[in-house]
Amino acid sequence: MADKVEFELVSPDRLLMSVEADAVAMPGMEGDFGVLPGHAPLITALRAGVIEVEGAGDNPDRIYIAGGFAEIAADRLVVLAEEAVPVADMDRADLEQRVQEANEEVAAAEEGEQRRLADGKAAVLQEIMGAAR
Amino acid sequence: MANLKELKNRITSVTSTQKITKAMQMVAAAKLRRAQEAAEQSRPYADRMERMIAAVASNLPSLDTAPPMVVGSGKDDVHLLVVVTAERGLCGAFNSNIVRAVRRRVKELRDAGKTVKLFCVGRKGQESLRRDLDDLIVEYITLREVRQLSFANARPIAEQISQMFADGEFDVCTVFYNAFKSVISQVVTDQQLIPVKLPDPEAAAAAESDDDSAVDLGGAIYEYEPEENDLLGVLVPRNMAVQIYRSLLESGAAEHAARMTSMDNATRNAGDMIDGLTLTYNRTRQAIITKELIEIVSGAEAL
Repeated sequence: MADKVEFELVSPDRLLMSVEADAVAMPGMEGDFGVLPGHAPLITALRAGVIEVEGAGDNPDRIYIAGGFAEIAADRLVVLAEEAVPVADMDRADLEQRVQEANEEVAAAEEGEQRRLADGKAAVLQEIMGAAR
Repeated sequence: MANLKELKNRITSVTSTQKITKAMQMVAAAKLRRAQEAAEQSRPYADRMERMIAAVASNLPSLDTAPPMVVGSGKDDVHLLVVVTAERGLCGAFNSNIVRAVRRRVKELRDAGKTVKLFCVGRKGQESLRRDLDDLIVEYITLREVRQLSFANARPIAEQISQMFADGEFDVCTVFYNAFKSVISQVVTDQQLIPVKLPDPEAAAAAESDDDSAVDLGGAIYEYEPEENDLLGVLVPRNMAVQIYRSLLESGAAEHAARMTSMDNATRNAGDMIDGLTLTYNRTRQAIITKELIEIVSGAEAL
């Protein structure tokens, strides 16, 4: 068994990252989870949140995604994200705009699942903004 | 002499036309390279998405409980055709090929007693289809303002189609676009989006074996979170956006290729025309000189 996880981050526009990491923490639809080498095969939906990559050298270690999917198989982790930005690359104006959009989404969302997801997204963005301050 | 002057004017005008077509060809070539790169870079996402869907679908307990986007609405009465064309002309038969294919399909479907609705993406398709099928066009999106195509352009289109399907406005959705086969050949392609054609697990496995990204699970089975049907319910609309994005990218690359080829032809034709005109010009000029010489000589002889 390998002692690293192959981590791939793919957006519809291009392959964003392909690195080897010690561990990756993911925002799963039904709760956060960590991926270590030897993880059981899993396909899951992701909510908006931050992916944390450990032990991947100089690569960005905190990446914001606006939801997506993850496939884990044989020490390989593939994340399909519609939007992915390293947290370090997000500036204030960008964040403010995102928070505003997220809040609009919350307002427009119907009760239930959709609302819960939108709420989560807004909360995550608020948190990043709080940390950046 | 008037004739000579006229010829000269024509040569000048054809030369400047040639300069324009030459410039357009070079611009198209540069844009084509970018479009091709974009198409290539979008491939990993589409590939992996397809594999995921195949994995989930092959694990479904039964198709009866699958989301309606997968199994369809159970009817086949109303067809929505998404027509992807260019925003600009001067690219050979690029747009008219699509429009012709769409017209043919519309006729077939109508003859079979179905209702047809059209969703136009791109100005050129809408312009020529509205002449005779205006009442069928339910939606029109132009991407004229878009410089660099991105996924954000495809998503609203997919969302709108999903919404229309959820509202029961159509039963079957097909997208028509020019696929980029090579620089000199574009193929009109129709692809059914709803109900989704699930990739055949066996075919997917066969394709995977010669793909280096294939994974050997060693006999283990995937776990799913949330459970298969719900997951498929989220994956499938997302996949539709990916498919639409792909058709937009392909169509973009094909458009530049078509424009490049047709502008190359135009440049060459202009060159031929300039050669012909120059020959006539020189002949006329020589004839005039000869005539003048004869006049002088016969004038001198007469003395």
